[in-house]
Amino acid sequence: MSTTLPPRAVPEPGRAPESVAELIPHLEETWKQPPGLWAWLRSVDHKSIGIRTMVTALIFFLLGGLEAATMRAQLARPENTVLGPDAYNQFFTMHGTTMMFLFAVPVMQGLGLYLVPLMVGTRNVSFPRLNAYGYWVYLIGGAFLYVMFLLNTGPDTGWFSYVPLAGPEYAPGKRVDVWAQTITFTEISSLVTATALIVTVFKNRAPGMTLNRIPLFVWAMLVQSFMVLFAMPWVATASQLLAMDRLVGTHFFNQAEGGDPILWQHLFWFFGHPEVYIIAVPGLGIVSSIVATSTRRPVFGYPAMVLSLVATGFLAFGLWVHHMFATGLPQLGESFFSAASMMIAIPTGVQIFCWIATIWAGRPRFTVPFLWVLGFVVVFIIGGFSGVMVASVALDQQVHDTYFVVAHLHYVLLGGAVFPLFGAFYHWFPKMTGRMLSDRLGRWQFWLFLLGVNLTFFPMHQLGLDGMPRRVYTYLPEAGWGRLNLLATVGAVTIAVSVVLLLINVIRSLRTGAPAGENPWGGETLEWATTSAPRPYNFPLIPVVNARSPLWEETGPLRGVAGLRTDVCDVLVTTLLDAEPDNRHRHPPPTIWPLVAALATGVTFITLIFTPWGAVIGFPLLFLGFFGWAWPHGRDHREQLSIEAERPVEAGP
Amino acid sequence: VSVLQQLDSFPGRHSALDPGGPQAALIRDRLWDPMYATAVVTFVLVVAALMWAVFRRRSPGEESDDPRREPVMRRAVGLAAAVTVVVLFVFLVADVAAGRVVTATPGDDAIQIRVIGHQWWWEVQYRDSLPQRWVATANEIHVPVGRPVVLELRSTDVIHSFWPPSLTAKRDLIPGRVNSLWLQADTAGEFRGMCAEFCGHQHAKMAFIIVAEPAASFARWLAQQRDTAGTPQDSLTRRGQEVFLGSQCPMCHAIAGTPAGSRVGPDLTHLGSRRTLAAGTLPNTRGNLAGWVVNPQRIKPGAKMPPNALSPDDLQALLAYLETLR
Repeated sequence: MSTTLPPRAVPEPGRAPESVAELIPHLEETWKQPPGLWAWLRSVDHKSIGIRTMVTALIFFLLGGLEAATMRAQLARPENTVLGPDAYNQFFTMHGTTMMFLFAVPVMQGLGLYLVPLMVGTRNVSFPRLNAYGYWVYLIGGAFLYVMFLLNTGPDTGWFSYVPLAGPEYAPGKRVDVWAQTITFTEISSLVTATALIVTVFKNRAPGMTLNRIPLFVWAMLVQSFMVLFAMPWVATASQLLAMDRLVGTHFFNQAEGGDPILWQHLFWFFGHPEVYIIAVPGLGIVSSIVATSTRRPVFGYPAMVLSLVATGFLAFGLWVHHMFATGLPQLGESFFSAASMMIAIPTGVQIFCWIATIWAGRPRFTVPFLWVLGFVVVFIIGGFSGVMVASVALDQQVHDTYFVVAHLHYVLLGGAVFPLFGAFYHWFPKMTGRMLSDRLGRWQFWLFLLGVNLTFFPMHQLGLDGMPRRVYTYLPEAGWGRLNLLATVGAVTIAVSVVLLLINVIRSLRTGAPAGENPWGGETLEWATTSAPRPYNFPLIPVVNARSPLWEETGPLRGVAGLRTDVCDVLVTTLLDAEPDNRHRHPPPTIWPLVAALATGVTFITLIFTPWGAVIGFPLLFLGFFGWAWPHGRDHREQLSIEAERPVEAGP
Repeated sequence: VSVLQQLDSFPGRHSALDPGGPQAALIRDRLWDPMYATAVVTFVLVVAALMWAVFRRRSPGEESDDPRREPVMRRAVGLAAAVTVVVLFVFLVADVAAGRVVTATPGDDAIQIRVIGHQWWWEVQYRDSLPQRWVATANEIHVPVGRPVVLELRSTDVIHSFWPPSLTAKRDLIPGRVNSLWLQADTAGEFRGMCAEFCGHQHAKMAFIIVAEPAASFARWLAQQRDTAGTPQDSLTRRGQEVFLGSQCPMCHAIAGTPAGSRVGPDLTHLGSRRTLAAGTLPNTRGNLAGWVVNPQRIKPGAKMPPNALSPDDLQALLAYLETLR
């Protein structure tokens, strides 16, 4: 098992370099990422965008966590006065909106942006400028939401913003408009990233990485991206309809004028339920990566794993009505959604069984990422059991909108997304930074987090059964909910300590962590076949793949592709099914236009909240932004044509 | 979960695991109990399998990708998946069966009660073919023991959800729609419920009480509620009525038998007979009533009732009058 790339001649027109070592200076020059703010603003590199997306998402995670901690302080005892109803309603809305839209989806997409091009063995994500634009739009949307929150104009009708409560009559002011527009920002960003990832996976895989050799994490990101593509337009549409109801007096959701408040719920949950899996499916991919690496064998049942991910993606779109069992739909209709909701436990179960089988057959090492996987299984299956309970119509009608559901969703999302994500930090931090995170701090963090999550959320099952509804800013002492709520607050403090340990670990390791080397865990996939952190061009030579676990099954060094130019940002385009070399594609150099276009988007959306003139001001700016972006450079175009006229590239020797 | 079960100190039963009616009992016995037991067993099995997979003793020469193990693993995963499918199917059938019973229309002797959700209180109407026999009350629903009650659920503002966990599952009150729900109390007593759909500032303090009583006392209660308010008998309560009618109160509240007839807020004709104030938030005592009348915003910030600046004498007279409304 060697990870070094052998010398290989590169038939570049007019030149014939002798070795990879000779190639590298050219690649460094062509793909260089100069330091400085200006270069940072213009970057279109997937690693740079991926890391900044993850860092931004983690900042939002900390903010959302602070909101949660404040709410737990308020609920620690009955009739507490930390937060009044107005503030509490803003806090829980901000917590949900932040965690779902500004943390969970972006952090997974950021991780995908970083890892997918490395795992499939290419130099950058497809549509790099669009991708940079997606990040800026996300940043502007999130920052806007928090600025408005600090100005006491934070949304206060829940992350689901049910009408008519969120409609113009019962939510005057700008709070809900801020929410609706933030949604639009984040959905644009998610859609853009999903598109880029799908095309990268389909068209930029290393030669030989046929569909049945794609790493499971990449499959998970692919399924997630397709789910984003089909789910996000619904909520973006719904949020625009709501904004129009509020700003220009349309009546989509106003029952008095023939609109329908239930329509909102259908639109929202048709997005909202897939959203849960959009968050959890990348987590499943992470678990597969860590399980394989930690047990030193490929995950058992690759076809079953892939089909389970795909099945989850499809089934996730058939469950949305289980959020609406209490609205009074006909029982027969509800039972279809009940069946679909229970059915989705099957693919998830199959994956868990396959991981257990893999661990059984392999030789597990108790690394910190592996601990997070074990924690994932324990926490996630508890969420799965309560998930089957809420899939049952009659039982759901009891526990719906109570703390039982709060417990359920946190078990699913913390178990399905945050445990794997923290595992992913420990697993891939060495690749991203070249330094290891502290093992000892990692173990402390894991056990505190596991304890904290269970202390916080397990008692909530009982609270819900005992009649405590969700989204209440306080409760009466006579209700008898005080002790379990206090316990939950103690758990929240434990979680906070755990997260602080992670921050300390990251800050310490960035300065003094042990050097990681290329492949500290002995991983199987291509990201471990390059330097830590990878150079901007990822691989000196695009590798050629002959196996599902290229770094384990390949006898001898990985071979590389010849024929890509090193004086321009060339990437290899391969065919969809068999990943045969098909074409070369010129990637754009760093550019400021995505930021300009994102700023124009921001100005348009934000001014539209306050005045219809926003359209008049904003659209010319948008036009300007995209015009500059698309301005053709004649020389590039001619070169592109000449590339296409050339002979196709050859794979390997 | 049951380990954490705590003593119920609230007046009125309000737990899905403490059923006082056939539907809540059915949901607990046929769905919650088996699902909870299955979850516990499955959790133990899965975690045990995981721990065994992690910690089992391995011989030194063992190959982690030995192809001879593949059939064993395939059978184990297949079996586990098959068991999952069967268990889920059983649950699905149990759920559909339970759902049919829970939603099935009760017999003809059911009592019809209309419940209208408001921010943040419950309007309750007992309708009759003769409009003058209608009864209007708030936040307190009296029902006879052992007889089905059909609730007609409406909302005039935002979406609320009606949920008395010890009696039955919840149902939303949606503006522009009429939902219905039936329940039955098997024993006399008080059952507490709360609004379960987030409905704004005081969603937390939007509770109600269902009082189940024997048929005879229910009939007495209903007859009493049909009465209009009597004429005040002494100078203090007369003064109190004048304060009521002369201040902003009648803008929102009705007292049958007086000129006050607004339906914006709760009907006060029999306020003195109710157990709680402010939608199940305070016991109905003179002190609490005074605090509520003077400044509802201190008790339920954001509530629709404004503060009332009354002189101490006027306030005492008003309280004395309101207490006569039984």
